Amino acid sequence: MLIKRTERQARRGTLSALASHSDNGLDRRSFLRRSGLAAGGLATLGALPLASVRKAKAGPPADAGAAVTIRKSICTHCAVGCTVTAEVSNGVWIGQEPSWDSPINRGSHCAKGASVRELVMGERRLKYPMKLVNGEWTRIKWDQAINEIGDKLNAIREKSGGDSVYWLGSAKMTNEGSYLFRKFGAFWGTNNTDHQARICHSTTVTGVANTWGYGAMTNSFTDIRNSKTQIIMGGNPAEAHPVSLQHLLEGKELNKANVIVIDPRLTRTAAHATEYVRLRPGTDIPVLYGMMWHIIKNGWENKEFIQQRVYGFDDARKEMEKWNPEEVERVSGVPGAQLERVAKMFATEKPSTLIWCMGQTQHTVGTANVRASCMLLLLTGNVGGPGMGANIFRGHDNVQGATDVGLDIVTLPFYYGLIEGAWRHWSRVWETDYAWLQSRFESKANMETPGIPLTRWFDAAILPKDQVAQKDNVRAMIVQGHASNSITRIPESMKGLKALELLVVADPHPTTWASLAVSAGRKENMYLLPVATQFECKGSRVASNRALQWGEQVVKPIFESKDDLEIMYLLATKLGFADKMFKNIKVENNLPVAEDILREMNRGSFSTGYCGQSPERLKSHMAHQADFDMLTQRATTGPNQGDYYGLPWPCWGTPEVKHPGTPLLYNTNLAVMDGGGCFRPRFGVEREEKRPDGTTVKVSLLADGSYSKDSEIKDGYPEFTLAVLKKLGWDKDLTEAEMAVINKINPTTPDAVSWSIDLSGGIQRVALKHNCVPYGNGKARMNAFGLPDPIPVHREPIYSPRVDLVAKYPTLPDAKQFRLPNIGFSVQKAAVDKGIAKSFPIILSSGRLVEYEGGGEETRSNKWLAELQQDMFIEINTSDAADRGIKDGGWVWVTGAENASKAKVKALVTERVGKGVAWMPFHFGGWFQGEDLRAKYPQGTDPYVLGESANTITTYGYDPATGMQEPKVTLCQIAAA
Amino acid sequence: MARLKFLCDADRCIECNACVTACKNEHEVPWGINRRRVVTLNDGKPGERSVSMACMHCTDAPCAAVCPVNCFYTTADAVVLHSKDLCIGCGYCFYACPFGAPQYPKVGNFGSRGKMDKCTFCSGGPEPDGSKAEYEKYGANRLAEGKLPLCAEMCSTKSLLAGDSDVIAQIYKERVAKRGYGSGAWGWQTAYRENIAT
Repeated sequence: MLIKRTERQARRGTLSALASHSDNGLDRRSFLRRSGLAAGGLATLGALPLASVRKAKAGPPADAGAAVTIRKSICTHCAVGCTVTAEVSNGVWIGQEPSWDSPINRGSHCAKGASVRELVMGERRLKYPMKLVNGEWTRIKWDQAINEIGDKLNAIREKSGGDSVYWLGSAKMTNEGSYLFRKFGAFWGTNNTDHQARICHSTTVTGVANTWGYGAMTNSFTDIRNSKTQIIMGGNPAEAHPVSLQHLLEGKELNKANVIVIDPRLTRTAAHATEYVRLRPGTDIPVLYGMMWHIIKNGWENKEFIQQRVYGFDDARKEMEKWNPEEVERVSGVPGAQLERVAKMFATEKPSTLIWCMGQTQHTVGTANVRASCMLLLLTGNVGGPGMGANIFRGHDNVQGATDVGLDIVTLPFYYGLIEGAWRHWSRVWETDYAWLQSRFESKANMETPGIPLTRWFDAAILPKDQVAQKDNVRAMIVQGHASNSITRIPESMKGLKALELLVVADPHPTTWASLAVSAGRKENMYLLPVATQFECKGSRVASNRALQWGEQVVKPIFESKDDLEIMYLLATKLGFADKMFKNIKVENNLPVAEDILREMNRGSFSTGYCGQSPERLKSHMAHQADFDMLTQRATTGPNQGDYYGLPWPCWGTPEVKHPGTPLLYNTNLAVMDGGGCFRPRFGVEREEKRPDGTTVKVSLLADGSYSKDSEIKDGYPEFTLAVLKKLGWDKDLTEAEMAVINKINPTTPDAVSWSIDLSGGIQRVALKHNCVPYGNGKARMNAFGLPDPIPVHREPIYSPRVDLVAKYPTLPDAKQFRLPNIGFSVQKAAVDKGIAKSFPIILSSGRLVEYEGGGEETRSNKWLAELQQDMFIEINTSDAADRGIKDGGWVWVTGAENASKAKVKALVTERVGKGVAWMPFHFGGWFQGEDLRAKYPQGTDPYVLGESANTITTYGYDPATGMQEPKVTLCQIAAA
Repeated sequence: MARLKFLCDADRCIECNACVTACKNEHEVPWGINRRRVVTLNDGKPGERSVSMACMHCTDAPCAAVCPVNCFYTTADAVVLHSKDLCIGCGYCFYACPFGAPQYPKVGNFGSRGKMDKCTFCSGGPEPDGSKAEYEKYGANRLAEGKLPLCAEMCSTKSLLAGDSDVIAQIYKERVAKRGYGSGAWGWQTAYRENIAT
């Protein structure tokens, strides 16, 4: 059997079987020939399958005399941001070399990064546009595809309104691509534009931004080398972010640091930890509060930090004090003594960092989980310095960027939100009439209402119309770079796949959208458009540490693939708004110029400090990577001297201001022009609080005696507006030209123009001149008023194995969120009433393998990766397997709690998971409930490896603040097949 | 001349398989041939450790000792290479190798296995350095270009080291001294009849 782990030697049998139905025969035969076998063993060749001839076959080494050029791009498989160094000869990518100069990966890669060249060989790529005609995949031309799709979109819009088309974009796109996709949504007239962050870190973005201003990783991978204590809670970076382990492990070695892994599984990361804490899935909040309980009891909290920089500690303290060791152990299973030891290390052996990933975010309580994590950091004063912080590892190469540029249902680019002021700001940047933009929507209210989360696209397609709070159901899905099998509740989504009037998938691969749609019975009105991989495009991407890197085009798009940007341009042209949309963006041969798009973003992104990263600066950083110090990320020499690598945002002011970027957020030990900062007062400057005696008191939300180095204001201060500058007497520093722009933005009350909408950049420039942070200087919030649970509260998963705890810790009541009903409470109650936990007694969780990424169609189509993981499997504890007569390597049926769902997978019997817990990787697809769907893919585009999707078994459950799904805790039963 | 060796620091290896796919990529090794692989011990249990394995280029290589057609040779840098023109695919070397390094393109008995294939320390074979013929039989020759094996160069955590024996031993020694633990240079006793004193 060929599942991960120890049994790789037994691989032979499976591979020869695979070779017979894949076109691997080509490689095998050519290898035999190369090996000299053909000369001596021609007779055996007859048994081998005939290979198709691949065009432009010119592998390494380069032809004699042919020039070899080096092109640099960024690995597309996680957000560490590894530079990929490509050797190109005669337009063919012939080899990869280590990227020694990168201050992030220093030559290293993981299995995925070391094999990205395979992606542009393209044997299993979608090679030309295809259309489903009477259930058969048929090749068509690009112009036919764009015309037919455009006509259908217009017809649907006419009948059902703009919101009935769902635009699902991608974290795989460059910043320029994601931004353009969001802009496309705005010009089409809908907020139903989303991407992978929804199912990845949407809860982080919301929870963390609501705590201290921005919802991103505060520090960087390399900065973790400075930590004395690292807690990794809900993450397995050894598999999900392997190159980050270089920094984590070296930090561990150099500082003799504590590395504590808190996870339901003894992961590959836990194998290298100094302490491993096993918790029941879904009990992060009790464990975090359990640590805080010990910290408060022993007086290990950082009192000065809390007094100066934290709001709402007294409210939070009440919740912390509820979680005594006995209750924590009863709920989570973590012993008090162990938790006390871990809490002590975190609070006293500083600097300490808390690292998290999907283990915290992918829950109905995801937002509350990350909020509790932030509270632990705040309580111990571990934010805003080297070796500290919330190191939130993002998953896709540009998921941070795609989030920042607003490919989202709740905001326009750069977190301006959807309020009128935001639309007016962007209509100024786009030089588009606000009234015209509004005319594209059903109404002004509709324009300012958040869209539907991608997790619920099929609910929006199949629920009764009166339950979907928009003009009509979702009738069309335009999916440009997003898996379908990474979304929970696949059996329900099959109904959606059938119901849609139009389904367009633009991707390098057909993906499970294709195989599942055909399997669901779809026969018409579906198109597949071949998109180039990011190695065939250029543009900027944002690594998890907020650093922007410019990737060059390595080779031209292969086969008939097109760049994401070109497809958007063609469709905008067909739909009639290209002139407006590309007003300030040059278009060459239908391809919008990426540099121009970035410049447009620079002009409008003052809120997030994306304003200083011009294409010229980013290209210079890539060209002079060797000048940057790995530990500080700062250039010590060369043309970028003083800059931090990739100008991690916020990079304030216009490019001419030459802000160096901000490597660590909220660091008061540095001047703002040196990358320093403070917490952002984003929620007002004061708040009225009720006292026990019934009177009210106004409490300041601004920092108290804390400020960034050299700040001329030695205390907290609000965000900068023209009025604030006037009050300080600093408005005289504005130039006439800047004042003219400010007056133009708001001719009636220019005083109200703020640092974030002043397109001249003048207000930012003046604030920086006085060493002040443009967004102000506030307190971080332990009490995040405005969120569903302002102070995190433990809530049992929707499908909890601990029915005895559900009454005390129920999920939130049913409510309408994001245009749809969230009936989590009813589902939880029904599960308890029906005794689901008795018939489905095993907790099912899911996660990543190092060889694959996301829905996995791309990586399972990469022969160098696919060979390493050939079978979908489920990890089941030794004793659970023994109880069920399940043998290691044997087939099992996993059955789920909803829709009578079932999946046939192989069993991996292991102690990696605890008793009563099972785990599946989420990268597989192409099987559905025991049926192999290989024949449902267009011929020759099926991934080498197929398997059941974990999300066939996953169930209902959505975070009320973001619509995040619940793939980390559900219930299942397992039986030998 | 240098004495080239591999050294895998098992306290750093996270089984990310970069070494495996880097090797596939550099030499376009086909499906089913694994010049390098990662083996995990105590899988899923406390004390789990992984080691990246390939031909160790042994001193007095046992494969060479048993080869009936004498197709193996040791270079001046102490890399063990072989000639696919001479190899008859008998499989004896596979039985002799303590690391399971030799690979064959076909499953079968004796001569029907095809020409043996294994790690070349990224240094090709008997054909002229960097020639097309060399690449087609043995893969890239990085050593001739002054580069080290790509598996080690791309290792995610700098666990796998390749290079001059003295240099990599020194790196490992310093690492162990600094961090205070080390499970030894895995496979060195078997391959080189020596270990690194730390």
